[in-house]
Amino acid sequence: MNRTFVSIFKKELIHIFRDVQSLFMVLSMPLLMLLLYGYAITLDMKGIDIAIIDQSHTPESRQLVDRIASTDFFHIAARDVPVDIIGDLFKTRTARCALVIPEDFARTLSSGRETRVQLIVDASDPNAANFVTNYVGQVISRQNASGNPGSHALFSVSPRVFYNPDMRSADFFVPGLIALILILISTLLTSIAIVREKETGTMEQLLVSPIRPLQLILGKVLPYTMLGFIDGVLILVVGSIWFNVPIEGSLLLVLAMMMIYVVTGISLGILVSTLAKTQAVAMLVAVMLTILPSMMMSGFIFPIASMPRVFQYVSTIIPATYFLQIIRGIVLKGNTIANLYQQAAILLGMDVLLIALAVRSFRVRLE
Amino acid sequence: MRDTNDELAVQVAELSRSFGSFVAVDRVSFSVARGEIFGFLGANGAGKTTTIRMLCGLLVPSSGSGTVAGFDVMRDYERIKHRIGYMSQKFSLYDDLTVRENLEFYGGMYGLNSRRIGERIAELFESVGLREHADKLAGDLPLGWKQRMSLTAALIHDPDIIFLDEPTSGVDPVSRRSFWLLIYELADRGKTVFVSTHYMDEAEYCNRLSIMKLGRIVELARPADLKSKYGVPTMQEVFLQAVSGDE
Amino acid sequence: MTAQTQLPIAVRELHKRFGETTAVDNVSFEVEPAQIFGLIGPDGGGKTTIIRTIVSLISCDSGEVFFQGRSVAREPGYVRSNVGYMPQRFSLYQDLTVAENLTFFGDLFGVPKEKLTRRIEQLYEFSALGPFRTRRAGALSGGMKQKLALSCMLVHAPEVIVLDEPTFGVDPVSRNDFWKILKTLAREGTTILVSTAYMDEALQCDRVALVYRGRLLAEDRPENLKLQYGEPLYLAATDAPHLAYNAIHPSGLCRECNLFGDGVHFTLAEPATAEQVAQRCADSGVPLSGTHRIEPALEDLFLKLMKE
Repeated sequence: MNRTFVSIFKKELIHIFRDVQSLFMVLSMPLLMLLLYGYAITLDMKGIDIAIIDQSHTPESRQLVDRIASTDFFHIAARDVPVDIIGDLFKTRTARCALVIPEDFARTLSSGRETRVQLIVDASDPNAANFVTNYVGQVISRQNASGNPGSHALFSVSPRVFYNPDMRSADFFVPGLIALILILISTLLTSIAIVREKETGTMEQLLVSPIRPLQLILGKVLPYTMLGFIDGVLILVVGSIWFNVPIEGSLLLVLAMMMIYVVTGISLGILVSTLAKTQAVAMLVAVMLTILPSMMMSGFIFPIASMPRVFQYVSTIIPATYFLQIIRGIVLKGNTIANLYQQAAILLGMDVLLIALAVRSFRVRLE
Repeated sequence: MRDTNDELAVQVAELSRSFGSFVAVDRVSFSVARGEIFGFLGANGAGKTTTIRMLCGLLVPSSGSGTVAGFDVMRDYERIKHRIGYMSQKFSLYDDLTVRENLEFYGGMYGLNSRRIGERIAELFESVGLREHADKLAGDLPLGWKQRMSLTAALIHDPDIIFLDEPTSGVDPVSRRSFWLLIYELADRGKTVFVSTHYMDEAEYCNRLSIMKLGRIVELARPADLKSKYGVPTMQEVFLQAVSGDE
Repeated sequence: MTAQTQLPIAVRELHKRFGETTAVDNVSFEVEPAQIFGLIGPDGGGKTTIIRTIVSLISCDSGEVFFQGRSVAREPGYVRSNVGYMPQRFSLYQDLTVAENLTFFGDLFGVPKEKLTRRIEQLYEFSALGPFRTRRAGALSGGMKQKLALSCMLVHAPEVIVLDEPTFGVDPVSRNDFWKILKTLAREGTTILVSTAYMDEALQCDRVALVYRGRLLAEDRPENLKLQYGEPLYLAATDAPHLAYNAIHPSGLCRECNLFGDGVHFTLAEPATAEQVAQRCADSGVPLSGTHRIEPALEDLFLKLMKE
């Protein structure tokens, strides 16, 4: 009976390799998305136009100004202009913000008292304003850290800075992308593979044979598991080499968790295939069940805590939610299984449930 | 004295079509009179489909000459298309539209305005007898009625020539006969009918048949004459003998 | 019933409904070993439903089906592992080669490797597909695809094969070849149940059942069936069959009156005579070449039985 399983497995591999278009898409799509998120859709801002008004003109103030000038974040659009034209600068979009260093800057600094600089931000784009405030805050913290005791940071430091000192989105996105791509590919390809047999009519032929549902399902699913896994590894490798995403934790753990997650996607795909009659429907359902929730509600971009309560509940049944925590945890924070056993257990539970459901609903008769 | 060309729906001479170095149709010549029911037989790959496509204005011949419905096959193939009604095998209908809606759709496709479509539908319901099913979903019709519906759709723009592709495949013998009665009536009214089929009993209903083999016409005659020529009682056997032999 | 264990296929009082429609209505028949049994009838008549029930793809509402003595309803695994099944509009794996398709089905049925290789070679000879073994199935012609589907079904050497409209859409020459192959198989001991809408293929079977609207209209050897006609049949020979039909049909002179390519086949309603029919045609201006008696063919019988 094993030969039955192997025959299905071999056949599926042949289908995969002969369908050059799909194969190409499966391997190139992750890379494309990686490039997209890595370069084009960056949530980093660069070259923010800033007006610097240094009323102090001391070595200390110049040091601060140099720090600002030397980062990619800012581009000094105006220097030492009168304070009252700041409004005009904003109106004409010459600058998005202005830093005013008061005349007594150096004196208060050396006296160890709380020193203030004034940051004026054009908040007509609140998002941008947020970035500006954060970046300036960072620059100032560094200034503080470089040995000027007694100066306070004006702004609170966001916890992200701790683990992502450059606040680079790549570090944030690459693990997230893995979560997205893996579930999309595994669900999509699996569901299509099974529905294709139904659509072309070969399923009828297969059913009248010694084959058992589990053999058919596993034989079809295994090649896609491998493919999904390869995709995940591909993203990780390219991400770490090209985008310099560090992998703090155990690589082995990452791979093991990826396996569990891919199986979740696959079981979902099998379930979809038992319900869909045509490949078109299978594709649509697969995409809707994976991309939308995984992108919007799993914490991929938007923090779960910032979502309405209803969506927070929804996020608890999305596999990507847990996998994201797992992979970001391992890659960015060096988590071990001790930190992540809960999420891993939930994913495994989902696997078992989905597979059981899929095998149950797989129809052995034609009606 | 009438110009004989008026009576000929199709007249082709030395019609050929090649695809690269492959000669699909090799210097085929024949003529079909108006009101004739003309059958195309041949094994797959014999050139039957290619010939038909050239006659329907869907493909330009590589060489040769001829006219279909008065239009030149080389130069005016676009206009030939509009004078032909096509009934496909397995009756391409929209299962979730009613009979009437299907017909309105096809009418629109052929560029008829809504008033004309309404007229045609009324006329056709009269002659084809579909009125009682007008508002039923096409998918719910029994096969015999689907067949009629499909024929009606092919006739909506009142073409001079209708082309039937295995029109009675799988249909029960009674419905098949009432369908052929319809076709005979259409032919009596001057419509020319082409039939392409693998069903030898459909071939029996044709006035004349052409059998193609390897791109050439090997037989062109009436069914009765072919049967006596080969000394066999059925078209099935005529076909087998005409087409087999040197492979 | 000891006879059951001997029979490759036994269908008893099969009933099947789909919603409101009765697809199969009290159908019973038996297929003997090494016999070619044909289910003949138009689409929608129930042939496919009967076949699918036999191979356990569909369950029946009542009645029983036995495959080599085992109940199909109770032991579907048995029939599925042992029958050779070629479904309607069979499909092969288009992107797999001929060889790969054959090997796949061999592996699927667990045919031992050595036997499989030998058998595939035999099938290549048998089907003349040897020279095309590395060609993708999608690139084969209609007739070759059909032979490949048949070979794939035969690769596990089943004793009983069931084919649902295997010759659909294929030209007459290939159809002829296909039936020659079926006959060879039967001679070598394979039992064959085949369904078709082509009336002429009925004559190639050992036994024929006419299926219409879910019921068996008749079941016998083809030559016996023709004898079932029961009354004299005449032909009104003419080049304009429809004109003859329009003249004869409303005349009340005939019971059966059917259009054919060579004219009208009719039976007489007492006390009419064939001469009267000829006269009626002449009166209506129909170019008749004569009326004479003919042997009823299967189609004539089918037409008669359909109306009952």
